[in-house]
Amino acid sequence: MSNYAEAFTTANLGRLFMNTLYVGLVSTLLSLVITILTAFAFARLEFKGKELLFAALLATMMIPGELFTITNYSTVISFGWLNTYTVLIVPFLVSIFYIYLLRQNFLQIPNELYLAAKVDGTGDFKYLWKVMVPLSLPTLISITILKMMGAWNSYIWPRLVTKSDDMELITNGLRNAFTDTTGDVNYPVQMAAVTLVSIPLFLVFVFLRKYIMSGVSRSGIKG
Amino acid sequence: MVESKQQWKAWLYLAPAIVLLLVFTVWPIINTVAMAFMEGYSGLTKAGGEATFKIGFGNFIHVVGHPDFQQAMKNTILLCVFTVPLSTILALLIAVALNAIKPLRKALQTIFFLPYVTNSIAIGMVFAAMFNVIGTIGTRRPLIISYGIINDIIRLFGGNWVNWINSGSEYWANMFVMVVYIVWNALPFKILVLLGGLQSINKQYYDAAKVDSAPRWRVLTRITVPLLSPMIAYVVITGFIGGFKEYTSIVGIFGENMGPAHDAGRLNTMVGLIYDSLEMDNQGGASAAALILFGIILIVTLINLQVSKKRVHY
Repeated sequence: MSNYAEAFTTANLGRLFMNTLYVGLVSTLLSLVITILTAFAFARLEFKGKELLFAALLATMMIPGELFTITNYSTVISFGWLNTYTVLIVPFLVSIFYIYLLRQNFLQIPNELYLAAKVDGTGDFKYLWKVMVPLSLPTLISITILKMMGAWNSYIWPRLVTKSDDMELITNGLRNAFTDTTGDVNYPVQMAAVTLVSIPLFLVFVFLRKYIMSGVSRSGIKG
Repeated sequence: MVESKQQWKAWLYLAPAIVLLLVFTVWPIINTVAMAFMEGYSGLTKAGGEATFKIGFGNFIHVVGHPDFQQAMKNTILLCVFTVPLSTILALLIAVALNAIKPLRKALQTIFFLPYVTNSIAIGMVFAAMFNVIGTIGTRRPLIISYGIINDIIRLFGGNWVNWINSGSEYWANMFVMVVYIVWNALPFKILVLLGGLQSINKQYYDAAKVDSAPRWRVLTRITVPLLSPMIAYVVITGFIGGFKEYTSIVGIFGENMGPAHDAGRLNTMVGLIYDSLEMDNQGGASAAALILFGIILIVTLINLQVSKKRVHY
């Protein structure tokens, strides 16, 4: 057990756990709101250039993320966002894939419900939150889990934009804390840390397997 | 009147996404393409107010001619060539086997899917520990404390231990560890997709094969694979795209040195190269490398689609 205790203090795991949890929760929440609003507009509302805009959004999914990272790195520096929670949350709030997923789900909800609500004088906004969101709950849960897993597993971006150990996410601490200056690795302690980091994911998987698998089989993306 | 009100409202719903997309998606595309063609441009010159750059293909020529790029290219292509076919075939066999057994299918399916939710850095570190030799190697009197579990197994069967990832290890040994890890990591998604495809194949084909008493191998190659071909094409295409973007699995095993201790950077990949240039404030080079990567992925995907047009039966 002492290995676990040492792992926890060496990598400052407590702080990193809290960082990751905070970034994961906030970004999931905001991302869900944005995704719901956008998917609703594309599924139910009429506006000029809807099809064209949607096609353009889908086309950006082909571009490798590294291409965005280069400019986003300069952008967040000029915003003065380095070493903040904002930089870990905001750039990834919009996911075209989640919008696409939810829009497909919204489209399956029969139009009659929408018209009935209109007749009853229910506004679009109320209809969205009272009818469409509850009916799309499984998709929303899938999105939530994938997004949380993304925060838990993200490595590259936090590595780039956090310059102090306090602001890192869990995976960064895990990779770099146990190798001393000579390059030697304290394996027992490192493996204890790996275990600590893996357990939450394992638990999520055991209890929410159904949602993860249905989300993943439609996406082909990891984290 | 009503229509214009609808328009206005729709854009209100879209506003948050549009703003974020403009800043973090549209602008990067424009800016990255522009920077790739600006020779001598970097974040430093921009900050210093000195912006002497000219337009041209200089960044591309410099990047392509650089030995680091050629090494990264070689590593990335080798990893793709080995891991994509290997993981696809293994996933196909496992999916067919899972589909054939009734009891315990759910449990086995879950076990095979588990690697997907694990953290690729964390598990990479576990793989590194399995292949790691602890002690002093290469000195006159080597003192080995542990050969690592993989070498222990090899020694158990009378083989010689191998220096897989430590200082002084050979390129092929590093590559072998990487391939094993990436294949293991790629299996869950492929099995999930292929198993989903298998379950939607009409049972009548198999019944007909049974009547004709066709051998198992023939059923697999003549019925299962052709009917599964859209799914196979899908996992191969996503496999190649993922393969060209390989990075974190190498960080997981070798750390940020991207190679064994005596030869850092030996196992760097295209994505690793982009981040290296970025950290050295060479935005032009990073942009050019990212565009080259995009071009390669696009070409490979188009070739894949072209091949699958001829081979896939929808």
